[in-house]
Amino acid sequence: MLRIILGLIGLGFAAVLTISLFTDLYTYFKEPPSKTAEYEFHEHPKKLSLASDGPLGHFDRQQLQRGFQVYKEVCAACHSLNLVAFRNLHDLGYNEAEVAAIADQWAIEVPAVHPDTGEATTRKATPPDAFPDPYPNEVAARAANNNALPPDLSLIVKAREGGAAYIYSLLTGYRNPPQELLRDYPEAAPGEGLYFNPYFHNLNIAMPPPFAADGQVNYADGTPATIDQMAKDVTAFLVWTAEPSLERRHQYGLVAVIFLLFTTVISYFAYRNIWAEAKRKVRVTGPLDPKNIAKSKRAKRKEGVAG
Amino acid sequence: MATLEQSTTGSSTASSQEADGVRRRDFLNIAAVSFAGVGGVAVLVPLVTQMSPSADVLAMASVEVDISAVQPGQAIKAMWRKQPVFIRNLTPQEIQAANSVPVSQLRDPETLADRTKPGHLNWLINIGVCTHLGCVPLGVGEGENRGEYGGYFCPCHGSHYDTAARIRKGPAPTNLVVPDYEFLSDTSIRIG
Amino acid sequence: MSFSWARPYEPKHPLARWIDERLPLPRLVYGAVGGGYPVPRNLNYWWNFGVLAGVFLTIQIITGIVLAMHYYASADGAFNSVEHIMRNVNAGWFLRYAHANGASFFFIATYIHIFRGIYYGSYKAPRELVWMLGLVIYLLMMATAFMGYVLPWGQMSYWGAQVITGFFSAFPLVGEPVRVWLLGGFAPDQATLTRFFSLHYLLPFVIAAVVVLHIWALHIPGSNNPTGVDVKEERDTLPFHPFYTAKDGWFAGLMLLLFALVLYYAPNALGHADNYIPANPLATPAHIVPEWYFWPFYAILRAFTVDFIIPAKLWGVLAMFASILLLFFLPWLDKSPVRSGSYRPVFRTFFWILVFDIVLLGWAGGRAATPTVVAVSQIASAYYFVHFLIILPLISKYERPLPLPNSISDSVLHGEEREAAPAGIPPRTTTVAE
Repeated sequence: MLRIILGLIGLGFAAVLTISLFTDLYTYFKEPPSKTAEYEFHEHPKKLSLASDGPLGHFDRQQLQRGFQVYKEVCAACHSLNLVAFRNLHDLGYNEAEVAAIADQWAIEVPAVHPDTGEATTRKATPPDAFPDPYPNEVAARAANNNALPPDLSLIVKAREGGAAYIYSLLTGYRNPPQELLRDYPEAAPGEGLYFNPYFHNLNIAMPPPFAADGQVNYADGTPATIDQMAKDVTAFLVWTAEPSLERRHQYGLVAVIFLLFTTVISYFAYRNIWAEAKRKVRVTGPLDPKNIAKSKRAKRKEGVAG
Repeated sequence: MATLEQSTTGSSTASSQEADGVRRRDFLNIAAVSFAGVGGVAVLVPLVTQMSPSADVLAMASVEVDISAVQPGQAIKAMWRKQPVFIRNLTPQEIQAANSVPVSQLRDPETLADRTKPGHLNWLINIGVCTHLGCVPLGVGEGENRGEYGGYFCPCHGSHYDTAARIRKGPAPTNLVVPDYEFLSDTSIRIG
Repeated sequence: MSFSWARPYEPKHPLARWIDERLPLPRLVYGAVGGGYPVPRNLNYWWNFGVLAGVFLTIQIITGIVLAMHYYASADGAFNSVEHIMRNVNAGWFLRYAHANGASFFFIATYIHIFRGIYYGSYKAPRELVWMLGLVIYLLMMATAFMGYVLPWGQMSYWGAQVITGFFSAFPLVGEPVRVWLLGGFAPDQATLTRFFSLHYLLPFVIAAVVVLHIWALHIPGSNNPTGVDVKEERDTLPFHPFYTAKDGWFAGLMLLLFALVLYYAPNALGHADNYIPANPLATPAHIVPEWYFWPFYAILRAFTVDFIIPAKLWGVLAMFASILLLFFLPWLDKSPVRSGSYRPVFRTFFWILVFDIVLLGWAGGRAATPTVVAVSQIASAYYFVHFLIILPLISKYERPLPLPNSISDSVLHGEEREAAPAGIPPRTTTVAE
């Protein structure tokens, strides 16, 4: 009785699914979905190799410092970095005095309360502070950016499919929309305040190309600041902001994996040691064993062929 | 014919090679368990250290305080590392009273000079937490009880501190702590 | 354990005897996982995954308690508190990644454990309650994991909460009020977050209690084994300690090695990038997907696209719940007296088709709902229901199983005729050897 009811329920679900399937197939073939501009023109991220790649990835501190300089001079005007504190810059190789100077000279100030009047005011940043937001709130940010909200960059590398490669591709991907796009999908052409970038998921991004030309930033270590170099450097910096513990994680990982490998191997031999006295396999190995039945079937077939 | 791999339970075979084997067997088992144990202890380390102060708490938060408005005889409270800091501008009488106490009589021997900065002997800065059990002593505000020695008084268990914030009477074991600080100018200090 | 040859607990040390007289806990442990619990000697590695699931439950509880010391359950502060853990708390990144990936490994171990149960007939008499308690554990795990994923308050956390609680509104009349009651509001917000935190902390201990019941129920008949034939005599078994403690121990080391490889070298591989974006109630992510262990159910949910008497959304919700609830009836759907798939060739074939089907459903559930993916979900979901509710009962009725061994140890002394007897069926008189 129970099985009959359950069987009917099963048939019911299967029936509704079949109806759904055929309805969907019918709709699909009757009005095939049209291709979209994104489908045809969206590009997957370019390959990017950074020092932080792979299980032995570490940070190239020179590159991180260059990337920080790019962030400071190109991106910080619009993009906040509110999960990173100035004191974290020690990781990049700056000493205490340098970090204090960077905080003190940071263009954007930290919100504060005037000690005498109680009015809202600002003060210079100090190392324990997080990087202050360039805009006081979301409304102000949108007002200054054509109703688009520049996202915070602290986690951007982890918050986007494609990670660092995607960020790098995006930064270097600005170009004129291809003729085919303008011809076949005129509505996908970049409108007012939008810029074509095939790496962006809907092809048109509100951020203007951040790198106008080579040499936009004057690197302290003399590296030529091509657009490609600046994009790589700032991407490497953003990999660090998203995951400052990356290097430590890889180092501890090596120790942990080697230790666990060794312990597992020793434990395996201890297991074999303990089981040596107890035969664990007690399989039937007579004519009724399925494996032997198969073997004799094969033998019979061969005989039948030969004999 | 059906063959059967005869099973034996436990270690119950011939003795002589077994004794040797037992030692070898035991060693391997002990080694395996030891390594697992080491791993277990290693795992304890992050579980215990995560309770220690995190990096942001440890970051030496410095606070700058403007002391231009503090007149001799007055004191203010500032906040540093989530604790109160007493900043007092000592009067000459208070300095005199502090210096005239024989240091050897003190429970926690320190001179006023030990507890202030050269050239700024009148500025007494200490953490406002009683060294007994942690209450905030009275004496900073106008009209507050300053105890029998004219410094600070802790109402919780009756610790009296003198004009140099040294313990004179009551259960507190040591003087009020003087934090790291420096004079940025004559009118402002940085603590921490 | 009802085996007469089980070694009784006999403490030698005076302290051990003193404790035993007052609180027989060591006796209980000895009889449950020590030298006093006989286990079939022929267990293969598929039997390791129950203990492994327990190991990962322990890891989750320990890392969870420790993370809760730093987590802040506020809609404004939760996301930042998790980043605080990652960046500032000593070893915080390790604990967070251990907890996030530990959940995945807990599910991997549990899924393998469940499939083992299905293949070897561990759900059959007399272990029906073991099976059903196990399903209760599974349901609790799913609730716990879902609520845990909401806590970081990222985009996927928030929108996942929206979608899953949205299921309830599919039910007519009571649906919407229940949904609002669950959320404590009209959309996931502060009230939802704090109650999910409270329940997420509680449920693992409920899981632990049900695990105790699950093991207790198992230890009455004792463990199943790959032949499905009952334990008959002492030489069929070995004491759990040291044989299975050693086997479970080394294999756990191997699993922890895999766990470490994921934790240290690919900690975000099983997650979703969108959860690193703070929750935004005004912006829906392009593709909302739950965590991978829910993908098969998500596929079943999305497979129903056509209103038929009741709305498609309600069909999807009903089918999703039904897909788990039908498992409770498995002992009665499959009434074959033969337990193990090793001796049921037809059942075995369909078992592997089922595994493929569920993996396919998992694949479909993780992808965007394009026409191809939906079509695959529809076929795979249909097969899932047909497999359990129609095919299995038919197989169990009409299948001819292979002859079973007489006992695990398989005494030669009894002769081949007796060897050939499947459990419960009288022996054949001729020796079969084709």
